[in-house]
Amino acid sequence: MIAYSKQAAAVASAELHKLMRDPTELLSRAVQPILWLVVFGQVFSHVRGIPTGGVDYLAFMTPGILAQSVLFSAIFYGIAVIWERDLGIVHKLLVTPAPRSALVVGKAIAAGLRGVFQAAIVFVIALALGIDLRWQPLPIVVVVLAVMLGSAVFSTFSLIIACIVKTRERFMGIGQVLTMPLFFASNAIYPLELMPGWLQTVARLNPLTYLVDALRGSMIAGGEAVHGLATDFAVMLVVFVAFTAIAARLYPALAQ
Amino acid sequence: MRQPVTTDGDGYAIETAELSRRFGDLLAVDRLNLRIRRGIVFGLLGPNGAGKSTIIKMLTTLLPPTSGTATVAGFDIVKRSRAVRSRIGYVPQMLSADAALTGRENLRLSVALYGMDSAEARERIAEAFTFMSLMEFADKLVKTYSGGMIRRLELAQAMLHRPEILFLDEPTIGLDPTARHSVWDRLIDLRDRFGMAILLTTHDMDEADELCSELAILHKGKVAVIGEPDELKAALGPDASLDTVFAHYSGGIIQEGGRYTDVRQTRSTARRLG
Repeated sequence: MIAYSKQAAAVASAELHKLMRDPTELLSRAVQPILWLVVFGQVFSHVRGIPTGGVDYLAFMTPGILAQSVLFSAIFYGIAVIWERDLGIVHKLLVTPAPRSALVVGKAIAAGLRGVFQAAIVFVIALALGIDLRWQPLPIVVVVLAVMLGSAVFSTFSLIIACIVKTRERFMGIGQVLTMPLFFASNAIYPLELMPGWLQTVARLNPLTYLVDALRGSMIAGGEAVHGLATDFAVMLVVFVAFTAIAARLYPALAQ
Repeated sequence: MRQPVTTDGDGYAIETAELSRRFGDLLAVDRLNLRIRRGIVFGLLGPNGAGKSTIIKMLTTLLPPTSGTATVAGFDIVKRSRAVRSRIGYVPQMLSADAALTGRENLRLSVALYGMDSAEARERIAEAFTFMSLMEFADKLVKTYSGGMIRRLELAQAMLHRPEILFLDEPTIGLDPTARHSVWDRLIDLRDRFGMAILLTTHDMDEADELCSELAILHKGKVAVIGEPDELKAALGPDASLDTVFAHYSGGIIQEGGRYTDVRQTRSTARRLG
């Protein structure tokens, strides 16, 4: 167990060293949330028809945009792994006796920490827009945990796709196809009850819905987690464990 | 760290029995029977597509065989794959050192993955840097290294846990002659000082002549001939070089043919190293 966590931590630490040396990607990821909140959000806050449970629309969508930022960044995580495959780094990792799942978890931890950085960016934007955020320590801890777990879920999902498609070209195509449906079939920018029945079912199966819900219950003043924080975290945790098991099985295929 | 454990094979570093791998219709490795002694450098030669890389991938447990078995360091490559992995080192043909990290960060990742404790790890890292003459570059980013330095770093990374067997896929491809000789010297040192067996694939007849105590020439997934370099040359006449031997047994193809992806991979590796 100790050896396992050391192995996962070593993989995460290598990833973070790389990220710190070249933070351009992190910064460019800030552009999209700015556009969504400043342009889309400002316009849609004048539409009064969206039931937001008493909070202002801009505040309602802020957790949704943080979740989106987490999703869009994590879903392309697999590209880096395909790059590592082309270089031979994956082969080198896979011939070590470290359990495959420790390698997967290490990558997920690194993705989780990236997510925290994105949360910081969205907090800054929200602050600038005068959105009423909850600044108490406990809600912030919940936001950080939710963002880390959500990033871990989607980055591991991305790793699974990478193990299946194996080339950058195919991966880019699939990544593009997946992001928008995952985003729109969720409660990120409108509540589930506005959706037709079939779409509500899809949204309930979408892990992003639970990330948004957890963030909505912890990030903004007056926000409410419809499913309850316990359910939100339980769903994300179960999905993460399942994805990790699948990714650990498929990972060796990258070196074949 | 290493307890005496029951092994599956006898004294050989590598022993294969009817080892085969099929990809769809292609029989990449066809009932391979090889015995490689401990502490020697053994070369696998053959044109592209002869099965060299597939053999290495199976023996390093990256690819399961379709049929047949093998033991590496005494352990079955399928049933005891983790035991095999903790006793081997591997340097892929591609550049496996992470260019965005420093040399030291690359080695730190490896020692953690091999489960070494921190005191032992520090000592081994220092030793590996000294052994490969890279100490003064340890904290520089790998992207600033030359091709020869990267290969030496990868060897440093592969020797940290004192493997019994080192697998090298085209270790000096794309290197200039000086860098090539420096890699050869280190390989001989590793063999002599730690008694490591080294299994390498190469296209380079000078490399095979210089390093290998024994070699096998592969053709279409089968061993065409196996033996000591001098013995193989002598069998074909007094003036025969290893090139003659290679051409004789591999159907006259030298450095030609091969699939598009192999060629692309080789070229891009050569470009990055150059």
